[in-house]
Amino acid sequence: MAIDWRAVVVTAKLASVSTLVLLIIGTPLAWWLARTKAKARPFVEAMVAVPLVLPPTVLGFYLLILLGPGGAIGAFWESVGGPRLVFSFPGLVVGSVLYSLPFVVQPLQNSFRAVPERLLDAAATLRASPLDRFATVVFPLARPGFLTAITLGFAHTVGEFGVVLMIGGNIPGRTEVLSIALYNHVEALQYAEAHTLAAGLLLFSFVVLMVVYTLNRRFETPRL
Amino acid sequence: MSGIGARFRTTLGGFVLDVDIEAPGTGVTGLFGASGSGKTTVLRCIAGLHRATDGAVRANGDVWQDDTAGVFVPPHRRGVGYVSQEADLFPHLNVRDNLRYAQRRVPPGDQSIAWDDVMAWLAVGPLLARDVPRLSGGERQRVALARALLACPKLILMDEPVSALDEPARHEVLGYLEAALDQLALPVIYVSHSLTEVARLSNQLVWLVDGRVSDTGSVSHVLGRIDFARWRGEEPGVVLEGTVKAHDEEFHLTTIDTPLGNLTIHRRAEQPGSRIRVQVNARDVSLGLAPQQASSILNELPLTVLETAELSASNCLVRLGRPERDGPVLLARITNKSRAQLSLQPGREVYARVKSVAVLD
Repeated sequence: MAIDWRAVVVTAKLASVSTLVLLIIGTPLAWWLARTKAKARPFVEAMVAVPLVLPPTVLGFYLLILLGPGGAIGAFWESVGGPRLVFSFPGLVVGSVLYSLPFVVQPLQNSFRAVPERLLDAAATLRASPLDRFATVVFPLARPGFLTAITLGFAHTVGEFGVVLMIGGNIPGRTEVLSIALYNHVEALQYAEAHTLAAGLLLFSFVVLMVVYTLNRRFETPRL
Repeated sequence: MSGIGARFRTTLGGFVLDVDIEAPGTGVTGLFGASGSGKTTVLRCIAGLHRATDGAVRANGDVWQDDTAGVFVPPHRRGVGYVSQEADLFPHLNVRDNLRYAQRRVPPGDQSIAWDDVMAWLAVGPLLARDVPRLSGGERQRVALARALLACPKLILMDEPVSALDEPARHEVLGYLEAALDQLALPVIYVSHSLTEVARLSNQLVWLVDGRVSDTGSVSHVLGRIDFARWRGEEPGVVLEGTVKAHDEEFHLTTIDTPLGNLTIHRRAEQPGSRIRVQVNARDVSLGLAPQQASSILNELPLTVLETAELSASNCLVRLGRPERDGPVLLARITNKSRAQLSLQPGREVYARVKSVAVLD
């Protein structure tokens, strides 16, 4: 009974890269959503949340159309020298980021909203610039939100199936992630291998969530 | 140009704030008004936390906002010390780190206030290792004040800094505050809805009504206005500033010299020559046309009636002073009947008998 290490590596790489990209995009987006009074907010919030309710295959289907060499985005991307996005690792990252976006933005947005405005004002009068205020007041107070966002973003990417199937194809060592490998084993009636992967993913998910909840308890900062 | 100037117009949800405030370059300016009169918004506009659409703010030579020239300095480049009612200490830092947060961000050339001095004035040394949630209300305000001072501000803004405290804590914090401000040649704008607080600390008073400045002047000037007394609706009274002149050890009394004459009060601990502020309520002042021969009242001041005004169907308020100088005044609340019997009109010389004098400390 061999463990499919190539699928483990692809999955871990995909989840790590996606989580990093999600944090880079999600943090300013969540901050804007938490503070803005703009009329466009509900629209943007709905856009971010769509993957929560949409069948992943729908998202995957549209991405396949858009990112493909004949699609609006794919054609432009390849004309400026970008690597092919469908059936490739970069394409998987794009799909995962969109699919996991609400899992990162929502915990961040909630924790940003809980940071009292008056503390930011106090920091401003103490000569802290906007970035300084974010690093020294918002970030420490929103730390549990960041931890939740990172974990959910990572774990959700690991657990993804539909989007990956649609735009990733099934290329071992490049786009074949664990959930796909599991599906392939079942299709091939290799139940022993399927059991190993399924149990491994179950254990991983549980352990990750345990760690988050334990750390969140420890991080609980005393509030005024 | 020295001094503080804040002129702006701004609309906040239907409320219009339209003020032009001038404050001296050192000393405390009290900003007094009812809740909702715009006091906090004035402070937030001066700090740059709220941007008035049409404004001009300057502080001892620095221009912080001038909309005709397109200048708006963001709050973190202004150097204001802001102390609010909630203290706004950072809950994730202990007291020492809260104070260091301020100290660390002071530009090298602006380090005007030393750590050790602040520790001494406000006695926060023993609290340094404490977590913020473990502080009492009074301690919290002291730390907030220390933090504001350690930012080496060019201007201190205080928004009801002791209003959330119970009476003993309020008294204690005000004592520390007064001691610290005595050491500093900084301009302070102090917002409060408590007249005794403002009267005790301020050199100048700005009276704000519905988003507009109704009057500006010395504390005794504003408190001595009959329309101010009417507007407040509570017991009218004035504040006089004087110097301790002498102590009478036999009867345990102290005489103070005020611009309206000598007042004798209970024995004070202050040395002769110290400045002292006293409050005289209008109901404690009665009037006579001749000096009283035999009376238990110690304080009798020969003064001139400046103005009289009816307060109600039975009562009136009399403003008294020295007509030759435009100085402090005294208010007396008497009956309309007495006013008629003594035929009190402006210019009439009377003897004001002061039954009770309260020291503000």
